[in-house]
Amino acid sequence: MNWIDIGALDDIPLRGARVVKTQLGCVALFRTDTDRVFAVSDTCPHKGGPLSEGIVHGNKVTCPLHNWVFSLETGQAQGADSGSITTYPVQVAAGRILLDATTLKKRSAA
Amino acid sequence: MKMQKLVVIGAGMASGRLLEHLFDAAPGAFDVTLFNAEPRGNYNRLMLSPVLSGEKSYGEIITHDDDWYAGNTVTCRFGEKIDGIDRARKVVLSAQGETPYDKLIIATGSNPFIIPLPGHTLPGVISYRDLDDTNAMIETSATPGARAVVIGGGLLGLEAAAGLRMRGMEVTVLHNTGHLMERQLDAAAGYLLRRDLEARGINVITQAQTQSIEGNGHVARVMLVDGTELPCELVVMAVGIRPSVQLAKDAGLDVGRAITVDAQMQTSDPDVYALGECVEFAGTLFGLVAPLYDQAKVLAKTLTDQEDAFTVKELATKLKVTGCDLFSAGDFAEGADREDIVFRDPGRGVYKRLVLKDDHLIGAVMYGDTADGSWFFGLIKDATDVSDMRDTLIFGPAYQGGATADPLSAVAALPADAEICGCNGICKGQIVSAIKGGAHTLGDIRATTKASGSCGTCTGLVEQVLAVTLGDDFVMPTSQPVCKCTEFTHEDVRLLIKTKELKSQPAVWQELGWTTPNGCHVCRPAINFYLLADWPLEYQDDPQSRFVNERNHANIQKDGTYSVMPRMWGGITTPTELRAIADAADKYNVPTVKVTGGQRIDLLGVKKEDLPGMWFDLNAAGMVSGHAYSKGLRTVKTCVGTDHCRFGTQDSTGLGIKLEKLLWGSWTPHKVKLAVSGCPRNCAEATCKDVGIICVDSGYQVGVGGAAGMDLKETERLCDVPTEEEALEVTAAFVQIYRENAKYLDRPYKWIAKVGLDWVKERVVDDLENRRALVARFDLSQTIYRKDPWAPLAAKADTFAPLADLTLEAAE
Repeated sequence: MNWIDIGALDDIPLRGARVVKTQLGCVALFRTDTDRVFAVSDTCPHKGGPLSEGIVHGNKVTCPLHNWVFSLETGQAQGADSGSITTYPVQVAAGRILLDATTLKKRSAA
Repeated sequence: MKMQKLVVIGAGMASGRLLEHLFDAAPGAFDVTLFNAEPRGNYNRLMLSPVLSGEKSYGEIITHDDDWYAGNTVTCRFGEKIDGIDRARKVVLSAQGETPYDKLIIATGSNPFIIPLPGHTLPGVISYRDLDDTNAMIETSATPGARAVVIGGGLLGLEAAAGLRMRGMEVTVLHNTGHLMERQLDAAAGYLLRRDLEARGINVITQAQTQSIEGNGHVARVMLVDGTELPCELVVMAVGIRPSVQLAKDAGLDVGRAITVDAQMQTSDPDVYALGECVEFAGTLFGLVAPLYDQAKVLAKTLTDQEDAFTVKELATKLKVTGCDLFSAGDFAEGADREDIVFRDPGRGVYKRLVLKDDHLIGAVMYGDTADGSWFFGLIKDATDVSDMRDTLIFGPAYQGGATADPLSAVAALPADAEICGCNGICKGQIVSAIKGGAHTLGDIRATTKASGSCGTCTGLVEQVLAVTLGDDFVMPTSQPVCKCTEFTHEDVRLLIKTKELKSQPAVWQELGWTTPNGCHVCRPAINFYLLADWPLEYQDDPQSRFVNERNHANIQKDGTYSVMPRMWGGITTPTELRAIADAADKYNVPTVKVTGGQRIDLLGVKKEDLPGMWFDLNAAGMVSGHAYSKGLRTVKTCVGTDHCRFGTQDSTGLGIKLEKLLWGSWTPHKVKLAVSGCPRNCAEATCKDVGIICVDSGYQVGVGGAAGMDLKETERLCDVPTEEEALEVTAAFVQIYRENAKYLDRPYKWIAKVGLDWVKERVVDDLENRRALVARFDLSQTIYRKDPWAPLAAKADTFAPLADLTLEAAE
């Protein structure tokens, strides 16, 4: 693990998201109503919608293009839709958001 | 055996209980001298709240009276403060001289914490700790019209506030965090508590930052940082307590945050013991009475040479305010490894939340119905495995192992005089007779008995009475709930938001029993709209409850880029505006520039991070957002009218511009498009718009409810008006009545089909007074929303950019 500081928790709106650009696309960082932070792929497997622009409810997000709903904890599509998004290790320490650079590099190598 | 000389400093609840145990276990073994700085003996401090509220007298809360002290030969030295302890010579020092001891017990309790605000020493500023404070409050409350400010919305502060309110004072509670009693309650329970307190007339201000206490010789007002001024004659500070340890510290005993004791309540001196709020054991301080009583038991055994050890246990909290029923125990913070079971009964104002971890109950918060509190508390303390009863756990001990209750059988069992509709006082019997008299639907029941016609929360009950009475003849209405988060329909939710005055999303979720913590993508945008439409001043629009287009103020395209469309008032533009649009298209590499059907120009294919810059440039040229993405006013299409056209009868372009300037920025249940045509040839295609105005020689024909989308529909005539002013007024009134009543995502034509055009005409055309009231409410809302959303967002360009860019690092 190689934790790198991405920004402050408060940079993400409550029940909102921001993206981090990586070599092979965007990773979306979500902040839930209870201040939990999740890092997942920003791209909906259905038609490539930007998940970071979806409505965040509970620990889930709804894709803005066609309303697919994903669990931010497992990355699994909910309900009748099937598919999943990659989830990434993320932690919050002292109000800062940390992402694991090793995992993100693995992703670009893959 | 010689009697041991026992000196006790402090006659509080802990030392009182200790002496009881001691005299029971070893009568006559101790010669006790009891000092107390307060000029009275032991009384039940927990019961000060009922004394304050007038529900009890001081006499009723005395725990040990003169006879008791005399019978146990306790030497009482009340009102005499201990100035020091000489441990070497084993004496305590006071104004009356020295008193020797064999064993010394320190039970000095705690002192209220006073925030050193400017003015905190003024007469009239008090804490809430003892009978003197209580009496001071009672005395002030006797003045008619007296006002109090309570600083601190914790247990003690709220008890003080409730007591003062019961004494007839005007009371404001200031609390510095987001919800009351945040250490004991979660936000939902805090909301219910606040609602109950407000219902008693207590004013609650959360997130309050007190700046100063002011007054000339006596407290006169409290000032908040935001400039709020709260006039008052009494300020009660109830922000917390600090262990009273000075005496122990001066005597050289080990003191951390409080006097350090071991499990036998012994301090660092083997002949000195301590108990109560002044001690620290294993890093823990104590403020509630249960552990104090445990300490008293342990210390009595220690003093009589029996073995026992004090341990820290889980604690439960209750608030002693009559009518505010709350309970909290254990750890109820949210966490990844924890699961919640939530039960809400909005009609009764009940909220219960259980927090589970690894099949064990670790926390519970309850409001409104706390009858099962001690049972849950037992499960927490005993670390019981609850996996077998998890399904019915939240219903309490009565349901464990029993069958699932059938709600219909419960209704069937209700007696005829059981009240079903609280608003209108309608009992089950009246509804049953109405049904037998032929009222076979909910609408019939409402029409004949008024039951469920006011606030609507009993709708389900009325339907159950129908089902029970009619049996198989009853057909449950098929109206669809908003989404899976609730059983209420859009119409019910709108009605309840108004009648119950729900002004925040958490209020809606709680009061209407939402089954999810914070809704979903279906209900959140709808609730957000209903709240801002009904409470424009009180409710703050929530961008996170909006669809991406309304949050980013641009229209998302299938590739994730956006389209940007500036407003062109009534379809009129200028060479300067056109140049600015062309410049923006060049500067931001816009691939597609399109002229739209709404008489304006669309710039398609703009990257998200370029939006703020483009908006800034367009703003600089005097243009604002065209809201081409919103459930709100879109565009007002016009023809050239009398200015140029040989057939034009009125200034249709001018009216179009006036309408757009009047209506722009307003949010509506669905998009709203307008058009004004200068003559019946209708070049602006006004007959298929949500509001379409056709100019004729005699004035203006206002049509509503047209559409040219999935459905094609011609407008219906709302009215003919002679003047432009009236055309503007009728249009604003129509838009407002649509905003106030329609279901989210119903275009006007769909909504009119439900309520009927006559219903709209009666209110917008015939009833002039109502028309003006609608316009006034629209104008009020527009003071908030008739603003360009681009300008403030252009200033926050960084929030549109990625939080970080790791592509460079990854490439290395």
